[in-house]
Amino acid sequence: MEIFTLTSAEWAALRLSLWISGWAVIGSLVPGVLLAALLARKQFPGKSLVDGVVHLPLVLPPVVTGYMLLLLMGRRGMVGGPLYELTGFSFAFNWKGAALASAIMAFPLLVRAVRLSIESVDQGLEQAARTLGANPADVFFTITLPLIFPGILTGIILAFARSLSEFGATITFVSNIPGETRTLPLALYTLTQVPDGEAGAMRLCIISVIVAFMALVTSEVLARRMERRMKG
Amino acid sequence: MLDICLKKKQGNFTVDTAFAVYGSGVTALFGHSGAGKTSVISMIAGLDRPDTGHITVNDHCVFDREKGIDIPPEKRRFAYVFQEGRLFPHLSVRSNLTYGMKRIHPRDRYIEFDQAVELLSIGHLLKRYPANLSGGEKQRVAIGRALLSSPVMLLMDEPLASLDTARKTEVLPFIARLSAEFAVPILYVSHAVDEILYLASTVILLSQGKSIAAGSVEEVLSQSDLRYTGFCTDTCSTRPYS
Repeated sequence: MEIFTLTSAEWAALRLSLWISGWAVIGSLVPGVLLAALLARKQFPGKSLVDGVVHLPLVLPPVVTGYMLLLLMGRRGMVGGPLYELTGFSFAFNWKGAALASAIMAFPLLVRAVRLSIESVDQGLEQAARTLGANPADVFFTITLPLIFPGILTGIILAFARSLSEFGATITFVSNIPGETRTLPLALYTLTQVPDGEAGAMRLCIISVIVAFMALVTSEVLARRMERRMKG
Repeated sequence: MLDICLKKKQGNFTVDTAFAVYGSGVTALFGHSGAGKTSVISMIAGLDRPDTGHITVNDHCVFDREKGIDIPPEKRRFAYVFQEGRLFPHLSVRSNLTYGMKRIHPRDRYIEFDQAVELLSIGHLLKRYPANLSGGEKQRVAIGRALLSSPVMLLMDEPLASLDTARKTEVLPFIARLSAEFAVPILYVSHAVDEILYLASTVILLSQGKSIAAGSVEEVLSQSDLRYTGFCTDTCSTRPYS
C-alpha cells in the first residue's frame, strides 16, 4: 500500500498544520471571547465599525488580508517593524506569522459562535446571581462562562477547522517555506505544480477531508453532550 | 422599618410610590398585573435604578439619590425569589443552594444548610439538576437558595404564580414557616388575595405605579373602594388556604 504511505515532507506538512492551527486558536480564544461579550452586551460608539472589521476577513479575498498583514506586520511593517526592533520578535516568514494569518482568518467564526451563545444566555440568571452576592466578574466566571461553554467549544472547533484550511493569507504573508510555513493546503498546492505529484496531492486531499470531518463530528458530539448535561 | 420612596419613568409608565411600613413578618405588595409591582421590587433589589428616591431597610440605607448612595445588588443582601425560579441550569440543586451561602461570611450566616434543606423538604433533590425538578420543587429550591444567602430581607415576586393550585398549597406553608422561624422580613409581591390573607400582616396596595394604601391586611383589604377598583371580584371568592 505504497500509495497510502505519507512521505516525510507530507508528515511535516500535517504536523505543521496542526501546530499552527492550535496556536492560532489558543491565541485568539481570550480576545475572541472578550470581544464577543463586548459586542453581545455593550453599546458603545463605533460598535458597528468594530463589528465590521472583525468580519472583514470573512468577505475579503484572503490574499488581500495576507497583503495587509505583510504591510502591517512584516519586518518593515508599521507594527511589525517597531515590534522587531524593540523585542526581536517577528511574524515575518515563520510559523508564528502563519498562525497569525490563520487566527485572523478564523477570528470572525470564533467571535460569531461565542457571541450568539452569549446573546442566548438568560440575563435573568445573571441578575439572580447578583442578588445572591456575586459581583459582575464573579457572575461572568460562575454563570455566564459555563452557560456559553458549548458556544465557545463550537467556536474553537470552527476556528480550528478554518485555520487548517487557510491558504491565501498564509502564502501571501509568510510565503511557502517547507517545514516553516508550508501547511497542508500549501503542500497540496505545491504538489499539484510538479509533474509527478498527483499521488501525494491525493493523499493530502484525503487527510484534509478526514481532519476536517473529525473536527466537525467532535464539535457536534461535544456540543450534544454539553447540552444534555445542561438539560439534566 | 421599611422606608421606601421611588420614582422612575419607564416609557409611558411612571412608578411613583412611597410607603413606610413596620418591617417584620410578611409585607405584601399587592396590585393588578401591570400595577408596577415587579418594577418596585427590582428597584429595591438594585437590579433597576430609580430616577429619584430612597430605599431604607431597618435603618440601613441602600439607595439615596440625594446623598449619592447606590449600593450594588450583590452588597444589599436582599435575596430575591423570582416568579420563574431562575435556578442555574448548569449547577446541581446542592450547588444552586450554596451559591449565595458561599458568598457570605460565616459570621453573617443565620441559617445552616441542613436546616434550610429540612425546612423546605428538599433533601432528596440535592443531586438532581433543575431540569429534572417539578415546578413546586423548583420554587422550593429557589426559596432555599435565597434563604441560605442569609439575607437581611427576602424579596419574593409572585413565587407561586407559575404553579397550579396543588403546587401552591405545597409551597405556601413553607413561606409561612420562613417568616415564623427566622426573623427575616419578607416583601411578598402578589395579585392573589388568598395568598396575602394567608401570609401577610401588612399590605401595600399598588395601582398604576402608585401606592394608594398601606396598613394591616384587615384595614387595607376591607376598604370599600377596593371593590370599586375591582380587586375583590374573582380572587376573594376563591377559598383561602387553610
